[in-house]
Amino acid sequence: MNVFFQVVFHALISSNTWQTTLEFAALLLLPALGGVISERSGVVNIAMEGMMLAGAFASVMVTLGVNHFGLPSAVSVICGLLAAIIAGGLMALLHAYFSIQFKIDQIVSGVAINIIALGLTSYLLFEIVPVGVPSLPDRLRLPVPPLGPLANIPFLGPVFFQQNVIFYVAVALLFIVQFVLFRTNIGLRIRAVGEHPQAADTAGVNVRLLRYLCVVSSGLLSGLGGAYLALGVAGVFNPNMTNGRGFIALAAVVFGKYIPLGAAGACLIFGLGIALSYALQGLGSSANISNLLNTLPYIFTLVALVGLVGRTTPPAADGIPYEPGSE
Amino acid sequence: MQESTALATTEESSTPLAVEMREITKTWPGVVANDHVNLKVRKGEIHALVGENGAGKTTLMNILYGLIRPNSGEIYINGELTQIHGPRDAIRQRIGMVHQHFMLIPPLTVAENIVLGHEPGGTNALYNVRQARELIQNLSKQYGLPIDPDAKIEKISVGLQQRVEILKTLYRAADILIMDEPTGVLTPQETNELFRVLRGLVEKGKTIIFITHKLREVLELTDNITVLRRGKNAGELVTRQTNQAEIARLMVGREVLLRVNKTPATPGPVVLHVEDVHALSDRNLEALHGVTFDVHAGEILGIAGVEGNGQSELVEALTGMRKITDGKITITQVKDGQAGKTSDLTTLNAREERLVGLAHIPEDRRGSGLVLNDTIEDNMILGRQRWPQFSWKKIVLLLRNIARWAKRLIAEFDVRTSSAEASARSLSGGNQQKIIIAREFSADPMALIASQPTRGVDIGAIEFIHRRIIEQRDAGKAVLLISAELDEIRSLSDRIAVMYEGKIVDIVSPDASEEQLGILMTGGHIESQ
Repeated sequence: MNVFFQVVFHALISSNTWQTTLEFAALLLLPALGGVISERSGVVNIAMEGMMLAGAFASVMVTLGVNHFGLPSAVSVICGLLAAIIAGGLMALLHAYFSIQFKIDQIVSGVAINIIALGLTSYLLFEIVPVGVPSLPDRLRLPVPPLGPLANIPFLGPVFFQQNVIFYVAVALLFIVQFVLFRTNIGLRIRAVGEHPQAADTAGVNVRLLRYLCVVSSGLLSGLGGAYLALGVAGVFNPNMTNGRGFIALAAVVFGKYIPLGAAGACLIFGLGIALSYALQGLGSSANISNLLNTLPYIFTLVALVGLVGRTTPPAADGIPYEPGSE
Repeated sequence: MQESTALATTEESSTPLAVEMREITKTWPGVVANDHVNLKVRKGEIHALVGENGAGKTTLMNILYGLIRPNSGEIYINGELTQIHGPRDAIRQRIGMVHQHFMLIPPLTVAENIVLGHEPGGTNALYNVRQARELIQNLSKQYGLPIDPDAKIEKISVGLQQRVEILKTLYRAADILIMDEPTGVLTPQETNELFRVLRGLVEKGKTIIFITHKLREVLELTDNITVLRRGKNAGELVTRQTNQAEIARLMVGREVLLRVNKTPATPGPVVLHVEDVHALSDRNLEALHGVTFDVHAGEILGIAGVEGNGQSELVEALTGMRKITDGKITITQVKDGQAGKTSDLTTLNAREERLVGLAHIPEDRRGSGLVLNDTIEDNMILGRQRWPQFSWKKIVLLLRNIARWAKRLIAEFDVRTSSAEASARSLSGGNQQKIIIAREFSADPMALIASQPTRGVDIGAIEFIHRRIIEQRDAGKAVLLISAELDEIRSLSDRIAVMYEGKIVDIVSPDASEEQLGILMTGGHIESQ
């Protein structure tokens, strides 16, 4: 047991752990922000996983494809990034179409999207590159921007200033989403639509349009998250490489009380859990123990969040399709 | 009725029409909600739209407000043919609607609710708290409707919430206001205040369409009346030239007994004894702070009060659906005027309470009174399925006996249905309520707890239900009546207990005036004479 605490202590004072924590937190934050927007508008979104996976796939395929035709690396990566965002957005559009237009149960639609994304990306991967995608060279990855002397600050440098470019985008988006939801007219309308769509409609708010926009935004953000994962962190695409991250993001949305800053806090705790489980992998004498250690971040997070946060209440109309004229 | 003469000129046919709806038809699968309905509302009048539940009043108004698209028909606003595709079109035509169930968002502030959709600065602007607050303060000064713009909706009273709804329509510059059953949730004082406000709005040039089924209000407030019955026009009346009986006859299609005929009560021994009962609400706050009263055999004790003062919790405590934290509830078997065995209700669950003679008409008919998807037959024996005539060894249902029983009750309680095997959901509100009443009354109870027994029920069915409740009293049952309708409490009860903030503040005779009851209901006291 002593050894266990020693490892944890060493991990906690190592900049490496905190760098990983922030990286994973940002990775979860992008789909989580999407989730917050979608749920705030009253559409339950459990399809961030699929949207993220679609984004990851599109980013790698388009980057490789564009580069294959001889365009410069930077152009390829930007095309890959855009493709990821569009792919996530298209998956979300499907979810919006099912759940807003056809008023299908939003959980069912979300499950369908996740399955479609998994099946489609795996199938297309095998069709296009039967041997699998090679690991991307550094020039085809999303870069770590050089931040000069900042990056050299002891401890803080590696933790805050040697992150991937998308990390900084995610942090900026966090504050933008927080601001839009709570300080702008459109944010007021989004919250109104999620709480009481009849009230919003009778007050002259376009409920359907707003819900479409919010669901599609969640796809754009999840797609970007997928690109960060594939083009930034992993540098490769593997089938089902999101491996449940979209679902953890969903948990972060709930634990964060459907508030962007709250979700970011939850993402940080998840990130720390994952980073610590990495540190603990060194302890395992058998390879099998890592299966158990992989569950650690979730247990850790559940305990921490249940203790810290308690009950959270979703927007009142979350998950309920809107029928004009109903009461 | 004293002040309703201020607008004598509006009856003249020369006044232009603010709203004209021509030949409006709206069908849902299997239902004709509006069948070639016509409505003419003159500028500057208060126009009553009356009818029973399901007569199509709200449908017609939802069409006018653009929430529902009619199958056919034309709408003229200020004489011009107008297409209204949604609430946004209606708002553009300066139509405002205050819905029966308020369209307010509880966690948002008054100001946010009022400006929503038409915020200062428009879609792409930052939300300007200060400007929104100022706009609302000006508006509330202009129309004499004081309100705190920064209060959260969930923290203010129902009367104030309604004021917010009215301000919402005024903020959107509405000239034509639709008020859908606005007085249902108000105390008598709040209702008087609302009438004062509405008259003030008319003086400022607004036109008001007032939906209601309370005939007294129609006579007191409005200038002209349109009556709907079963989705069709049943008549147009000038308020000053008509009376309650005529309006009721047009609404129901036959003569209606508006007064309840009953003889003085002959109370026997105490049946239901409630002493110092405390209980928590769903939010774990104390909802009942020591409730004490007795209900005697052969009397109706009415409980009056503004909704949300502990009535629901009290009923749940009495019927074994909510644990009490302190106090005593007992039921005594009374036979031939003699008190017999007394049982402690607090230790019994809902099934055991039925066995000692407690019957219950729950306030939420659809939620806890019926299993809507089940047949009428099944609903008729709900809770009695263990009776020997309905099941063998309490396990296998005896379907033939159940069918026979249901058929008898359907006839006896006049449930209008095509078949006993139809689902409860397929019936109208009044007929659903009759199923519950048939089931509960037929069990020959000792005590009867009737919670909002006529809520959402047609005038014709109300008459029937009231008669049945009095029959139970005359048969020597103890009846506890809880109702938000003060008229119902006053006409049925032999004594009235007024509930305020989880306590019985006073028990008065049914002769107490509406004003006196209103004062008690809002926490005031009546000086003892």
